[in-house]
Parts: sequence; C-alpha cells; structure tokens
Amino acid sequence: MTVFLVQLLTGLAGAAALFLVAAGLTVIFGVTRVVNFSHGSLYMLGAYVGWTVLAHLPHSIAGFALGVVVTALVLAAFGAGLEMALLRRLYRAPELLQLLATFGVVLMVQDITQAIWGAEDLTLPRPHWMRGFVAIGGERFPRFDLVLIAAGPLVLGLLWLLLHRTRFGTLVRAATQDRDMVAALGVDQRRLFTAVFALGAALAGLGGVLSLPDGSANLQLDLSVITDAFVVVVVGGLGSIGGAYLASLIIGVLQAFGILLLPKLTLVIVFAVMAVVLVFRPQGLLGRAADAVREAAAPPLVRPAAPALRLLGAAVFVLLAAAPFAVGPFAVSVLTEAMIAVLFAASLHFMMGPGGMPSFGHAAWFGIGAYAAALAATALHLPLPAALLLAPLAAAVVAALFGWFVVRLSGVYLAMLTLAFAQIVWAVALQWTGLTGGDNGILGVWPGGVLAGAHAFYWVVLALCVLATLLLRRVLYAPFGYALRGARDSTLRAEAIGLPTVRIRLAAFTIAGAAAGLAGGLSAYSKGSVFPTYVSIGRSVDALLMVLLGGVQTIAGPIVGALAYTGLYDALLLATSQWRLALGAAIVALVLAFPQGIAGAAQQLRRRAA
Amino acid sequence: MSLSRRSLLAATAATLATPALLRAAGAPIRIGEINSYTAVPAFTLPYRNGWQLAVEQINGSGGVLGRMVEVISRDDAGHPADAIRLAGELLNDQKVDLLAGGFLSNIGLALSDFAKQSGKLYIAGEPLADALVWGKGNRMCFRLRPSTYMQAAMLVPDAARLKAKRWVTVAPNYEYGTSAVKWFKQLLTAVQPDVQFVGEQWPALGKIDAGATVAALAEAKPDAIFNVTFGGDLTSFVRQGNTRGLFEGRGVVSVLTGEPEYLGPLGEETPEGWIVTGYPVAADTSPANSAFVAAYKAKFGELPKMGSVVGYALIQSIAAGIIRAGGTDTAAMADTGFPGASFATPIGTASWRALDHQSTLGTYVGRTALKDGHGQMVDWRYVDGATALPSDSAVKAMQAG
Repeated sequence: MTVFLVQLLTGLAGAAALFLVAAGLTVIFGVTRVVNFSHGSLYMLGAYVGWTVLAHLPHSIAGFALGVVVTALVLAAFGAGLEMALLRRLYRAPELLQLLATFGVVLMVQDITQAIWGAEDLTLPRPHWMRGFVAIGGERFPRFDLVLIAAGPLVLGLLWLLLHRTRFGTLVRAATQDRDMVAALGVDQRRLFTAVFALGAALAGLGGVLSLPDGSANLQLDLSVITDAFVVVVVGGLGSIGGAYLASLIIGVLQAFGILLLPKLTLVIVFAVMAVVLVFRPQGLLGRAADAVREAAAPPLVRPAAPALRLLGAAVFVLLAAAPFAVGPFAVSVLTEAMIAVLFAASLHFMMGPGGMPSFGHAAWFGIGAYAAALAATALHLPLPAALLLAPLAAAVVAALFGWFVVRLSGVYLAMLTLAFAQIVWAVALQWTGLTGGDNGILGVWPGGVLAGAHAFYWVVLALCVLATLLLRRVLYAPFGYALRGARDSTLRAEAIGLPTVRIRLAAFTIAGAAAGLAGGLSAYSKGSVFPTYVSIGRSVDALLMVLLGGVQTIAGPIVGALAYTGLYDALLLATSQWRLALGAAIVALVLAFPQGIAGAAQQLRRRAA
Repeated sequence: MSLSRRSLLAATAATLATPALLRAAGAPIRIGEINSYTAVPAFTLPYRNGWQLAVEQINGSGGVLGRMVEVISRDDAGHPADAIRLAGELLNDQKVDLLAGGFLSNIGLALSDFAKQSGKLYIAGEPLADALVWGKGNRMCFRLRPSTYMQAAMLVPDAARLKAKRWVTVAPNYEYGTSAVKWFKQLLTAVQPDVQFVGEQWPALGKIDAGATVAALAEAKPDAIFNVTFGGDLTSFVRQGNTRGLFEGRGVVSVLTGEPEYLGPLGEETPEGWIVTGYPVAADTSPANSAFVAAYKAKFGELPKMGSVVGYALIQSIAAGIIRAGGTDTAAMADTGFPGASFATPIGTASWRALDHQSTLGTYVGRTALKDGHGQMVDWRYVDGATALPSDSAVKAMQAG
C-alpha cells in the first residue's frame, strides 16, 4: 500500500513537470496556431538561465523562489523577442511553416547555449531544505517533489484566472476560437500574440528552472522534452490547458506504475497512450472537435509542369546521369544520398501536400523499407532486386495497417498519430534484438556483383528515384490525384459526389509509405548498414524540413527542398564546427525570404512575369 | 655539353619524378578522424584536446618514421549515415591513410563495416560494443578502450566481495545497457553462484524518470545495485536516490561513474563508496600520467578527462602500429603492423591483440568519495585490460557465432 502511495505521488510529481512545459506549448498553439518546435529550447534555456541566476542568489527558499520568478521573466522577454523578430512574419504563411522556422531556432540555440555555458552538464548545489523528505509509512518522499505536485494545480489555477477573469484572457480565448473575428473587432493581434508567446516561453522557462533540483542543465534537454510535451498537448486536446493537465496526470501516473510493472516499456509508454487516445478520441481528451463546416480556401490547382520546366528537368537528369564521369567518388556518394532524399521528400509531399495529411513520423516507412531490404539481403540472402522489391512492399503493408487508424484524423492530430506509430516502430527496431540487431543494427548490406562499384549503384539509385518520383507525380494528375485533392479540400462535397474519401486517403497513405520504403531500401544498400536511427524522430523531421523548405503546394517543392536541405547540411557539416548555428540561421533566412518555399517562390515569380 | 632532345626529355622526367619520390618519403601520415563532436560534446571536446596534444608532441619529436602526423577531423552529428558519408570523403577526397575515432557504438560498427568494405583500416577509440571486435569483428577494425564486457569483468571481483545476495540493475534501454547488465549477471553468477537478481530498470536514454525508477528499485529490497546509467540520467538518479535513501546500507557497483566527465556534475552529491571504473586524473602520480596531466594543463588550462586520455592514447596506438608496419600500407598495418604492437599511454602500457584486434588498454577500478564538495576516486588501482578478457577459445567462439 505504501509503495502504491509513494509511486502515485512520484507519478504526480512527474505529471507536474510535464504539465509546466506542455501548458506553455498549448497556450501558444491555441492562440497563434504555431507548432512551436523550439519550446524544448526555451525549457533548456530556462534551466541554464536559472542555473546562472540561482548561483548569484542566496540558497534559501526565498532566494530560490526569487530566482524562479526572475528566470521566468527572462524567458518571457526572450519569447517576446522571438515572436517579434521571427514568428510575427510568418502567420500568413502555410500551416506548419512556423515549425520549420522554430526548428532553425532549435539548432541555433543548441550552439549558442554550448558557447555560453560549455559542454559539461551543470548542476545546482542543493541546500539542505531542498534535500529534505517526508516519511510515508517507512518510505521517503522528496519534499521538493511535493512542491512540484503543488505547482501543477497552482499554475493551472493562475492560468484559469488569467484566461477567465481578465480582459487579456477574454481576448486570448476569443482569438483561440476565431482569430479573424477578433482582428475584425479592432483588437491589435500583434500585441496579443507577442504577449501569448511571452507567457508560453515563461512557462517553459519555469519548467526548466524547476527541473534543476532533480537533475541538471544539459544540452540534451531540448529534444528530450519537446516530444513528450507535444504528446501531452495532443492527448489533452490542442489549446486546452485543462486537457493538458489531465493528460499529464494520466501519462505521469501511468509512467510511474508502468516502470514498476514492465520496466522495458519505458521507450513507448507515452506514445502508446497517445495512440490509444487518438484512435478513440481524435480531438484529444478535452479538445473541441474540428469545425468541419468551415473550409480553408482551397490551394490553387497544381498543373503539370510547363514545357520549359520539363526541359529543365530533363537537362538536370542528363547532367546527373553524366555526373560520375565528371566528379569524384565522394561527390557521387553525396548525389546518391541526395537522390534518396528526393524520393523520401516526394513521398511525404504526396500525402502532405495533395493528400492534406502532414506526418511527423514518415521515418517509419523509410526505416521499415531499410530493415526489410537489409534483412532480405543478410538473413534471406536474396539478391538486390528482390530485396529492393521487398522494401516498398513491407512498408506498404505496415502503412496500410497503421493508415487505417491514421486517415480518419486530420491536421496536427493526424501528424501526431503517425509520430506515435513511428515511435512504436523505432522501439521495435531497438528492442527486438534477435531480428534487428537492436542498437548495433544490421551490417554488411552492400550491393554486390555488377553493382559493387559506386557508379553502377548510383545509376540504379538515380533511375529508381527519378522513376518513382515521376510516378508519384503522374498519380497526382490521374483521376485518383484529383479525387485525393477533392477529399482534402472538401470532404463533405467529395463524399456527396460519391468519392470514398477514407479509402482514397488510405490508398494515398499506403502509396506514400511504399515510396518512402523504397528510399529506405536504397539507403540501406548505399550505407551498407541499417540502424534504429533510420526510424528516429530526427529522420522524420528531416523529411518534413525538406518538404516545407521546397514548398508544400508545388509539385517540384520536395525535389528542390531535398536538394537544398541535403546540400546545405552536407556543405555546412564539412565547413564549420558551428554548423548547427549556420544551418539554423540559413533555415530561418530561407523561411523569411520564401514563406511559400523555394519552389513556391519561383512559381510566384514566374506567374508574375507571365 | 651537347643537349640532345632525348637527354633533355630524360632530364625533365627525372626532375619531375625526383620531388615526387622525395615527397612520398616525407609526406605526412594522414589520419581521418570522425567523432560526434556536436552530439556528445562533454566527452568529445576533451577527447579532441587529447589527440591534438598527442599529434603536437609526436610531430615535435620528429614525427612517425620521419613523417609528420596530420589529423583531418570530421563531425558525424551522431548519425551513422553521416559518419559513412564523411568516411568516404576522408578516403576518396582527403586520401587519408587510415580512419579513426567514434564515440557511439552504432557509429563505430558502421565505420568498421565501411572499413571492411573499402579495404582501409579503422581504429575505434571510444565505442564500447563487444560486437566491434567479437561478433562483428573484421580484419580492418581495431578497438582501443576496454569494452563493455571488460568493464563488467573488471568490476566483478569487487562486486563479489560485497557478498550481497539480492541485486538489482538499472541501465539505459539500449545495447550498451543491456549487454553491460548481461555480462555482469553472467560473470558475477560464475564466481558467486548464490546471487539473485531480483529487479531491473531500463530507463530510456536521456529521459530517466528518476523518482519512479528509484522507488521501483527500492521496492525490490536489494542488498546491492548495479548501475549503468551515465550523464544527465546518472545525475537525476543519484539525486533522487540520495533524497530517498536508496544507497544507504547498500553496495553500489557502477560502470564509468569514476570518469571525471560523469563524476564532475555529481559535485557535492557524489555518493561515497560506490565501486566504479573511471580515471583518478591528478591522483595517479605515475611518471607517465603526471607528465600527461602537466602537458595537458599547460596547453588547455584545465585537467584532462577520460576522453582526453582516449584521444591521446588513440594517436599513440596508431603511431606504434605504423612504426611496426614500417609505413602506411594497409595490408602491412592490418596483418603485421598493428597486431602485437605495444604502445605507452598515460595510464599504462598496452598492446594490440592479434586474436581479435582489441587493445589491452585497461582502466582504473576504485571507490567514489567526496572531498571538499567534489567527487573523487579513492582506493583505486589500474587494471590491465589483458586480465579482463575472456579466454582465447571463448573469443573464437564469439567470433564464429
């Protein structure tokens, strides 16, 4: 019984920590619709700033409380600055573009934090009062964790008062429901948004500084926190603070008891909870159902490429095919990777652009394809063509299975469910050591025979990637593609004219999975090995970045985006040890310069010229 | 002197050829080095200092076989795929003589397989996976540090002396954690058959739920704890464990915790009396280590860490292999140069084994203690890696399987 109580309290403390981060994220999303990927960075900065601030204050309870408040204020100022300098310019940009911009911020903050505070973990010396405990039936429970448990409802209550008892809160709630109407009534949205972002950043900073007594300020905090925070926000219902609290309670307590019963499940427990909730309650626990009535202005119809563009494409293809004769082996390997990235990005674009189904877990299909090819080659000793056939097939089968749940959702909820499935695939890759080799991966997947040379394999990759990418394009101009876009732009009308929208979306999801699987299979052979990192969140984010950088609403977008992103990344990684700062700055600059993506900007330019 | 057309041509050819020959003799030895500089900076930055110091010292005393040593370094960002691409760049564009480096085990394995495929040598410095030399070892791959198996084997004698019956384990939920626990269980059971493992925790790397983990471990009522967590996870684990009294009256055996990288952040919360592997930096006053610490401090203004020793010893071990091979011909290095070559490092002399290409570099085993608010290693001894390896027949069995 005591164990039960102590573990329950521990779960509640964990829940409070989760809630503090998630609350800021959900407030920001609710009002500004910004998917703030840099929220984890704000949390990390909170820990580092808090460490510095607290080092200069007395180690008393009052000193700590003052330090916490000061840290939250510093982060609020930082958040306001971030909103004014960057995000304010992007509210009219396509959905999810802010995600790309804030990812640039994540990269920059990583390098800047390391430059200021160094690479070593920083720990806060705990004064006596912070180490105290209360005895619960012979078990000890940290007194500071009681403070955390209290902080959760306290912050929830204060936020509720702020949102329901002040004019600012009324405006925020109004903006959460209908931004345009609030603007039409003469409210200065810009100031409102800045204030909301500052509030969210302050909450993230609060979470960061309050994590110090139980841990350390370290450079991994940002990414370790952000996914869990997203999960809490989505499970609770986007924009719902009460929902975020409920979700963090459920996840925190389940985690505490899950560890007791099934210690090996630590990798997936959060994502399993999210998957279950989203399957049964697609808008999250306390989220409002999406307004199905209001339809977004349909994006312009994408037409087949103009003759000039086709000529350009053909010319580029000829150049690429001839490249091995002109450049060295390293450049060929870079081009091989770029081609694979093109197909990977094109497959995500297929479901995300015309399909209207953004995915945060596209690496799942890439990884399944890679593992399928690697296993076919090493365990079944199949020749390369068979292995490369198996890769998209395996990915398609699993995608069809998961897709059955996914395609019923929309928007960020859909994206997060794909992330949940991707994390489950990742955990399987990591833990089913007998099949996948676990973290040590599968080695020795090199192309043999006539394809052993780097050139021959490059041509295979070039041919397959170009063919598959063109095929994806062709599908979009076929009746199926029009039906898919119909299902995206107006589900009601599409169904009224007899289109089976769910089946159409499921087919698109499966096709995208198969194409990504082929990219994964090719990648396995080009690198000679497969590891769970192929299914990691980072890999999924890469795909998303490439599509957004190129432009979601153009067919050439993913191609341009993949080439631009891999090119930038490869060049900067070689050029400077501060490549994260440089890459982040480049992404931010590109987003500001081309909010419609690079290809989107080119298209606009051409239309204006025409 | 009459100049014929033919002799002019011959003379030109000679003058063109001679500098090339001279250049070959004096051309620098190029080592292509890859590591996770941005992904794991706390370890890899001291490591970089270490190899930079070694290169400076070797070149200052005339180089290797009269040739200067040049290291071309790359950041793999923590991704095996990037590591492979950069390895290709180092081989094809930079024309390096051999590859070296690595921190994460999966990157080490990816590089090892790449080396095998492209027929170049790869010297792994830090990666700990046993598979690197055993299950997936190959002719082109050598590994410097004591592996996960060796770390566990070095700790087992002291662990057995605790005479604890009920053990629990806590380890990060990936290959390094699982194999450390597997070996520890196996080796401890062999010397102490009545031992029981009554609970295990597998926190996700970098995301430990420390309070719940500590409570779950305490619930198993263990006599002793085997810990494999490190870095930020370790800090959180120790803090919750201290507050909740998990370590009181219990023996704790902990891998790598004595390394300054991981001991430093524990600060005044460093638990006393843990049996750990690590590096007692300034406390080891042997001539080799003192000279290393002094030179390092003079150049970088801080004390070296374990990573610094690995980086420094990596270059020394490579130099020894090249000298023994009489040059940088890959076949000579792989088959006759490196196997059997012995080299001095700050912490002890070691050699490359011919059997499995593991080096016999050891590490320190000791206990943690708190002095003036800082964690330290006391009662330490250097354990030669050669004493912590399984029998040759056992190694051969693992190589086959």
